[in-house]
Amino acid sequence: MTDLSANAAPAKRHGASLLEQNARTRRRNRAEARFRGYGIAAIAVGLAMLLVLVFNIVSKGVGAYSQTFVTLEVELQESKLDKKGNRDIEEIKKVSTFGYAPLINSAFAAAVKEGGLETKLKAKDQAGILSKSAPAQLRDYVIANPDKIGETVSFRFLANSRVDGYLKGRVTRDSIANDKSISAEQLDFVDQLAAAGILKKTFNPDFILGSDASDQRPESAGIGVSMVGSLFMMLVVLALSLPIGVAASIYLEEFAPKNWFTDVIEVNISNLAAVPSIVFGILGLAVFINYMHLPMSAPLVGGLVLTLMTLPTIIISTRASLKAVPPSIRDAALGVGASKMQAVFHHVLPLAAPGILTGTIIGLAQALGETAPLLLIGMVGFIASNPPDSIAAGLLSPNSAMPAQIYEWAKRADPAFYERAWGGIIILLVFLVTMNTLAVILRRRFERRW
Amino acid sequence: MNDMSRLERVVETKNIKMECRDCQVYYGETHAIKDVNVDIEEKTVTAFIGPSGCGKSTFLRCLNRMNDTIATARVEGSFRLDGEDIYDRRVDPVQLRAKVGMVFQKPNPFPKSIYDNVAYGPRIHGLARNKAEMDEIVEKALRRGALWNEVKDRLDAPGTGLSGGQQQRLCIARAIATEPEVLLMDEPCSALDPIATAQVEELIDELRQNYSVVIVTHSMQQAARVSQKTAFFHLGNLVEFGETGQIFTNPVDPRTESYITGRIG
Repeated sequence: MTDLSANAAPAKRHGASLLEQNARTRRRNRAEARFRGYGIAAIAVGLAMLLVLVFNIVSKGVGAYSQTFVTLEVELQESKLDKKGNRDIEEIKKVSTFGYAPLINSAFAAAVKEGGLETKLKAKDQAGILSKSAPAQLRDYVIANPDKIGETVSFRFLANSRVDGYLKGRVTRDSIANDKSISAEQLDFVDQLAAAGILKKTFNPDFILGSDASDQRPESAGIGVSMVGSLFMMLVVLALSLPIGVAASIYLEEFAPKNWFTDVIEVNISNLAAVPSIVFGILGLAVFINYMHLPMSAPLVGGLVLTLMTLPTIIISTRASLKAVPPSIRDAALGVGASKMQAVFHHVLPLAAPGILTGTIIGLAQALGETAPLLLIGMVGFIASNPPDSIAAGLLSPNSAMPAQIYEWAKRADPAFYERAWGGIIILLVFLVTMNTLAVILRRRFERRW
Repeated sequence: MNDMSRLERVVETKNIKMECRDCQVYYGETHAIKDVNVDIEEKTVTAFIGPSGCGKSTFLRCLNRMNDTIATARVEGSFRLDGEDIYDRRVDPVQLRAKVGMVFQKPNPFPKSIYDNVAYGPRIHGLARNKAEMDEIVEKALRRGALWNEVKDRLDAPGTGLSGGQQQRLCIARAIATEPEVLLMDEPCSALDPIATAQVEELIDELRQNYSVVIVTHSMQQAARVSQKTAFFHLGNLVEFGETGQIFTNPVDPRTESYITGRIG
């Protein structure tokens, strides 16, 4: 190979035999093998990280989906709830939750007696293992069914978060040494109730469907209402960003003259996509809430802010998919005498639709997981709202969104909320993975038919 | 049309469909077409030949204002279709393109059914009042495009699923479905094999009964086979324009001779 003299046989230049590799080939092959090794290593590291992440989230969050319940037979004593016995709903409503506490105490007493349990706890402390929501649950039931007064009804009460944590292993007898809200005797009592089958840990649909709860009642907090908040925000985002984004892209891509002005617009759209989301949040606060006086914490405002954030994503992906439609299709349409608009709407847009849809779904998924702008427009914080009863209420009444709810739980002190934060993340990830999978399927399915 | 010089050649004179005078095309600073004068006769196949980049496709695209879609292109000179200036302010290119149809180099059927491909033009121009009329137009166009027998059983199949030659004939059928008066073909056979090419050439010869056909081609044999008139372009200039037989057997300009004998190009 190094022999450059004229009389060297040309055959020798590439090595003597094809059957053995020369040094250069070996070096090249080694380099290629090394590169493949790096690639595989990079993918392995990525996959390992993903596995750790998924394992972590699932192991920490799965606890939020089960909850400890205590099933009790409660006698709805007429003497306590409706002294006059006339079943007047207004009179019944006058009995506050304090009035219901004795009923629960006596239900515990009855359960202890019937089950033959031995405990030195006072009735009040026995009832202390229940969630603070228990009397309210009882009261709601009685107000809804006043005719049941005087009967004995079976109720499933939430145990409080310490008891729940005890069953899940989060709370131990050591950890409650300085805890005033639960005592070792109560844990003994819990063990007895569990053995008697009165206290059980089961699947808790209220975590998925329910609303947030105050700091004292982590056991009854759910993500359902903020899910509805997210849904309304996504509706706003979809309804605004898809038509605006697609119209803007079609105009820029197909109709706009190419000059410095459209160049500036193009650069700015690309820049907008890189603007941190919190900037959109503060813009939303300044414009939508302070200037336009839209309601605070409303999904409508959240949706508007997220629309601003999603628009560049949709415009960029729409323009890319419009660009990907071969010019021959436009020529073909123009060649048979279609106007420019007909060419675009009859031929180019349908071909670009899968790409536009994919971009939109990915933009929506991004918006769904966005937290920062919501912090600034007040969609975070304890918002104890019931599911909205109308579309207008859904858009305008204060609500939270899934990621904001998760953030809210994660920053609360009680470790019981921590578990719910992880549980919420599981739901959020299920949504995101579903949306992204849908995007991939759409892309695969409709990809390049020409 | 009343060009006096034409009177000298009484023998073959037909009505002139398109008359192009002093045509200039610029792409930005580049002067792509220089002082071109060409007449497209009725019911005649006119071939544009010349080496790559000589401007023949550019000139062809001027004839139905497809160059309008290129932002940097600027067209000057007079292009008259039946005596009317097609670059007049009042002319809508959409109406012009209904009269002057175009077939492109690469077969470009819409990713729709064969039927919809052909029906698209008539539909947007409102040529059919009902389904039956549309069916008739589609069948007629496909028959004239020499494709009917091959696809009549699968009109709902996607046009993109046809073979290359069939796709090109589909594009021709699509172009003639709108009943244009002039059909422009930009290297229609360059992506086709010899058999498909022969079919398309046969088709072009039949189309001559009804249309003026202008065909851009790289193949001089093709020009010789299908055309009655030939224009030779070189570096943006129209070097020679005349009867095909005369151009190929007895070219006036030495550049034409060099090109057709294979010495340049």
